Amino acid sequence: MDGLSHLLTRATALENEDPLVRSRILAKRRVALLFYESSTRTRTSFELAAKGLGADTTLVSSLSSSIEKGESLKDTGLTLRALGAETIILRHNSSGAAWLLEAETRLPVLNAGDGMHEHPTQALLDLRTILAHLRPGVLAVTAETLAGVTVSIVGDILHSRVARSNMMLLPRLGARVLLCGPKELLPELAAQAGPGIAIERDFDAALRQSQVVMMLRIQAERLAGLQLDLEQYKANYQLTGPRLAAHAPEAIVLHPGPIIRGLEVTAGVADGPQSVILEQVRNGVAIRMAVVERALTVSQQGGRA
Amino acid sequence: MTALAILGGHLIDPAVGMDALKDVLLKDGRVAEVAGPGKLKQANGAEVLDAAGLIVAPGLIDMHVHLREPGQGYKETIATGTAAAAAGGFTSVAAMPNTVPVNDSPEITRWMQAPERGAAIRVFPVAAATRGSKGEAINDYAAMKSAGAVAVSDDGHPILKDSVMREALAAAARVGLTVIQHAEDTRLTLGASMNLGPVSFKLGLRGMPPEAESGMVERDIRLVTELRDIRAHLHVAHTSTAAALNAVRQARRNGLRVTCEVAPHHFLLTEEHVGLYNTNAKMNPPLRSAADRDAMIEAILDGVVDVIATDHAPHAVHEKEVEFDNAPNGITGLETALGLCLRWLHKEWRMPLGRVISLLSAQPAALLNLKGRGTLTAGSFADVVIFDPKAEWTYRAREGKSKSRNTPFDGWPMQSKVRWTISEGRIAYSAEP
Repeated sequence: MDGLSHLLTRATALENEDPLVRSRILAKRRVALLFYESSTRTRTSFELAAKGLGADTTLVSSLSSSIEKGESLKDTGLTLRALGAETIILRHNSSGAAWLLEAETRLPVLNAGDGMHEHPTQALLDLRTILAHLRPGVLAVTAETLAGVTVSIVGDILHSRVARSNMMLLPRLGARVLLCGPKELLPELAAQAGPGIAIERDFDAALRQSQVVMMLRIQAERLAGLQLDLEQYKANYQLTGPRLAAHAPEAIVLHPGPIIRGLEVTAGVADGPQSVILEQVRNGVAIRMAVVERALTVSQQGGRA
Repeated sequence: MTALAILGGHLIDPAVGMDALKDVLLKDGRVAEVAGPGKLKQANGAEVLDAAGLIVAPGLIDMHVHLREPGQGYKETIATGTAAAAAGGFTSVAAMPNTVPVNDSPEITRWMQAPERGAAIRVFPVAAATRGSKGEAINDYAAMKSAGAVAVSDDGHPILKDSVMREALAAAARVGLTVIQHAEDTRLTLGASMNLGPVSFKLGLRGMPPEAESGMVERDIRLVTELRDIRAHLHVAHTSTAAALNAVRQARRNGLRVTCEVAPHHFLLTEEHVGLYNTNAKMNPPLRSAADRDAMIEAILDGVVDVIATDHAPHAVHEKEVEFDNAPNGITGLETALGLCLRWLHKEWRMPLGRVISLLSAQPAALLNLKGRGTLTAGSFADVVIFDPKAEWTYRAREGKSKSRNTPFDGWPMQSKVRWTISEGRIAYSAEP
């Protein structure tokens, strides 16, 4: 919990810091971004975060590197280390890839999303967004900070690393997490992933209990042959203006992006007054500054966010 | 060939209920004489092995190994795999046909048994059940059998089509062979890399449902039921789920020829051992739930399990140093099987030594119809393991004889240390006392 409070505190401090002072914190330190999957928000905000602290960054993506020629993750990591990288920010399509890369390179590895497993900095920026609205001014968090708060995570839970990271993080602060979605995208055993997690398949019932609604995209690239009736899905799980107004008129609406407008949320909700989607994006830079700073200034071990 | 006199040992030969201090004389590759201590009549001139305080037992038989030759000698060769087997107390192994190319011909079957391969112990090939193990056209089992095959299997590539499996069971029964099935409905396991359950969900890995195994076993048992008049024999490889074991148990009650094996990792480990993506805990079938693991132990103790087999599946280090979902399935097992079985089945769960040895020798010999093996009565092959049942030691994968190191048991405590392994009268492995 101390580590979490420290990150949130540093995120705010760094965000408010004079850019010139800030840019000396990691001046000329070397940060590699290694991306095996496409990304807009995560990649750009990690890059802006590292650069904002003065670090040199280099981007290696799977489509324009020797990864295309069959180089293994281990060899790519060792190559980046030999080139002077002091930390590697990794986005990878295989669950557990960050553990592997850290074990093989012994560098601090920041997990920018691994397969269906976790996306820790997304959960942290979601937490910062939630706190800003529900607990303004709170930076030091405890096991009770979000007591009484219900967060619904809605949609393709099965394939979502964002869902996993949030359902592991938020209950540690006392929040109750409700998972909502159809059986194909939300297996019963998801409720056993940790404490404070329950399943509510009725979207309207979930909305009525929620102060925070987190909508997820259907991950078409991970469906692996699963056939979904999208019209049925929209009827049951699309967040529309009338639905939001009827069942959760006070809740904030989050979405990790990318949004597929007209599928999981309507354009009206995405652009509406309850949406905090662009705040999430802004919080991403602050959180990632704190995370990159920690990776390069704390001990060389245990740098993963 | 010199004669070997094994003196002062405690002979356990479960096939004939022998459990007593006996001297054993080996001559010309056979057991020449078994007699009370000091009572051997023809031991003059024989080399003496002092077995005082040691167990003398039939050489162990592992009916499920992957020796990787032909084609993948960088993982293992027949020479290194059988050296590992000998170090583990094994004198016979049945080698699965998923080699490169697939062993679906008498030529490859003979090639695997040729003296040039440098095998330390006896290798019995298992022939592919279908051409190229593609699950379509069945092979010529009579030809494969006369080339030395002891069973047929498409291990790793389950035979999905009912009609093909039925034909395989019928054709194998006609020539007196067993069909060994790797029971997995691969339509339910696409892209999956571990057991389906809370752990796979948390790790974000696609899971294999237990029904993918048990459903296939139930299908196969239905086919054996249809073929009961010709006594078709189904052997379920590396059983890993409680539901599959229950199906086998029921089939046996119904008088069907259905047998099964369990691997040490399935009665010792659970899906929790995957930990943080340990690729040395990745195999197929995967490590299952604690309830499944407990069902394996129970079925071994109550006799439903016919055989302990290791599914020894060596892979090079670089192949396992990858993302979990990209890593190949399988772990080594030949050098840890006896030590684990004695440590857990015998010491922990009180299974009599004779029954443990039987699961590792007499029972696989009977199942594969290996005449003169799995026992040490006079006239049998001189396949012997001599071990210290009390010795405790720690297994170190890097010190092993196998070419590969992919094991979740590195650093595990073992009980019983092999002193000598004798294959057809030759000392295949010898350790310092």
